[in-house]
Amino acid sequence: MTMRRLINLKRVEARRIYLTYAVVIAAYVICQVMSSTKFLSSSMRGMLVPICAYMVMSVSLNLVVGISGELSLGHAGFMSVGAFSGVASAILMQGVITNAPVRLALAMIVAAVFAAFAGFVIGIPVLRLKGDYLAIVTLAFGEIIKSLLNNFYFGMDSQGLHFSMLTDTTRLLKGGRLIIRGPMGISGIQKIATFPAGFILLMIALMVVFNLVNSRSGRAFMAIRDDRIAAESIGLDITKYKMMAFVTSAALAGAAGALFAMNYSTIVANKFDFNTSILILVFVVLGGQGNMLGGIIAAAVLTILPEKLRQFSDYRMLLYAIILIVMMLATNNDEIKNFLNRINPFRRKEAE
Amino acid sequence: MKAKTKYVPVPSKAILPDRDAARDPVLECVNLGITLGGIKAVDNFNLTIGRTEIAGLIGPNGAGKTTVFNLLTKVYQPTTGTILLNGRDTHGMNTMQVNRAGIARTFQNIRLFRNLSVVDNVKAAMNNEMHYNMFSAILRLPNYRREEVAAHRRALKLLSIFDMQNMADVPAGSLPYGAQRRLEIVRALATNPSLLLLDEPAAGMNPSETADLMDNIRKVHEMFQIAIILIEHDMSLVMNICEGICVLNFGQIIAKGTPDEIQNNPAVIEAYLGRRKEV
Repeated sequence: MTMRRLINLKRVEARRIYLTYAVVIAAYVICQVMSSTKFLSSSMRGMLVPICAYMVMSVSLNLVVGISGELSLGHAGFMSVGAFSGVASAILMQGVITNAPVRLALAMIVAAVFAAFAGFVIGIPVLRLKGDYLAIVTLAFGEIIKSLLNNFYFGMDSQGLHFSMLTDTTRLLKGGRLIIRGPMGISGIQKIATFPAGFILLMIALMVVFNLVNSRSGRAFMAIRDDRIAAESIGLDITKYKMMAFVTSAALAGAAGALFAMNYSTIVANKFDFNTSILILVFVVLGGQGNMLGGIIAAAVLTILPEKLRQFSDYRMLLYAIILIVMMLATNNDEIKNFLNRINPFRRKEAE
Repeated sequence: MKAKTKYVPVPSKAILPDRDAARDPVLECVNLGITLGGIKAVDNFNLTIGRTEIAGLIGPNGAGKTTVFNLLTKVYQPTTGTILLNGRDTHGMNTMQVNRAGIARTFQNIRLFRNLSVVDNVKAAMNNEMHYNMFSAILRLPNYRREEVAAHRRALKLLSIFDMQNMADVPAGSLPYGAQRRLEIVRALATNPSLLLLDEPAAGMNPSETADLMDNIRKVHEMFQIAIILIEHDMSLVMNICEGICVLNFGQIIAKGTPDEIQNNPAVIEAYLGRRKEV
């Protein structure tokens, strides 16, 4: 028996995975063509990178919420750890590495490492909890990260790196540069994040998540989600696999945060607050838990929608809420689901 | 601090089949007991199970049978006594470690991974025999492919024992009831146990399904040469298949012996049917 047979046996899942890759690549090509032919307005062009970052966030949170079944409400915290560490490292590397894409890639790797570490440290207490308690504690940790970054000062001068908490006591020498300035965040960021970089990061995130899910680790995540007691009885290490999912997810969120931050000239910790965490959770829930493509589409729609509704000025948030509710009702409606099944050749074959 | 009774080799008077009499037992429980909420749910439980024995654990409802299984698999930590698995004390182990040491179980109310496919349920149980790490998985390195193919092949082979290889891709939650029960047994077997605990495997089955199950348990026993303990209320199944039977009532062992001895034991008859009123 070959690997092909193995993939054939999992053809339903495999088809869904290929469809996801295909849709992402097609969307990238279309957007790239549209933006090069000036078909895309400049405000839309400016949103391409944040959309990519949110898509990666959606994929990464889906690994925790959809695949391992833990409700995490502090995901923006990992995004901010990634944003600050990524941007700070990019600024430090400015003089050494002149090639912007290479610097961006390295910054994203640094961001992923820092966020993964934060995920590990937070995971130690958090993953001992279940259900609502876990959700509440992740929420708290998201806020803690925000407060810490709001009070963090970090600078570099000829003597090396300096940092301090609460107040700026770094006492940089002349010619030094204060990179992170507490509540002022980081300013003067070189905008090196590009749409192709976002696309590549999204493809990497999808590859990581899909390949992890279709491995022994992924089976363990889902087994623990479906029945914890049975999972223990077959010898699965619950803590290890929960941590693995959590840390992987945090690393992807960190890389997304770095991408996001380097699309702006200034970034502050307050940008990554509870609302951002909830927004990412809404992507996941609306797209379907465990459904990566759904989450990606939801991220795109819900990022573009508020911009497109700007013309309605005062009624903007009202319309946004109504559309959100209608979308939720529609995606849970059996009639509409049946209709979609009838017209969608991919789904029809699945149902047989 | 939990009271820990020191291990004293008490003869436990189990009925070992002849083929096991000269070999080390797979399981020895000595003075095992647990107090749950002030009640001695299981008390002074002594049992020895041979390498390839099929033993039955019976008793009226609430006698503590499932509690014994939960003690053996460390879902509950025993308050007193010792469990020796393959001669090793399992004191301080958790459920996961006990499984790795060789005990696999099924559950009274089925606990499958409902959203995973049938074959993935089995492969999830083979997790500990695969060794590739997450980076091999993400990058699809050769060892990932090799181990996945081997695991898949073995999972299908295990499923074919119960004629379930055709259902491999179906989500486990959508299987018919009998098939779910069988899948639980396959999943337990996939962890390579030396002792298999079956908690009411025939519950909710009709007589022909029960007969099939009996054949299947015999087949598994022959193929894998492992010890099996089963909790069961279906007396025809227990009396036909078990070599030794242990009867529990109110957390205490009231009788041990061969099926014939148990059927004629007055204490057992009393526990099940009550005492005849003196006229």
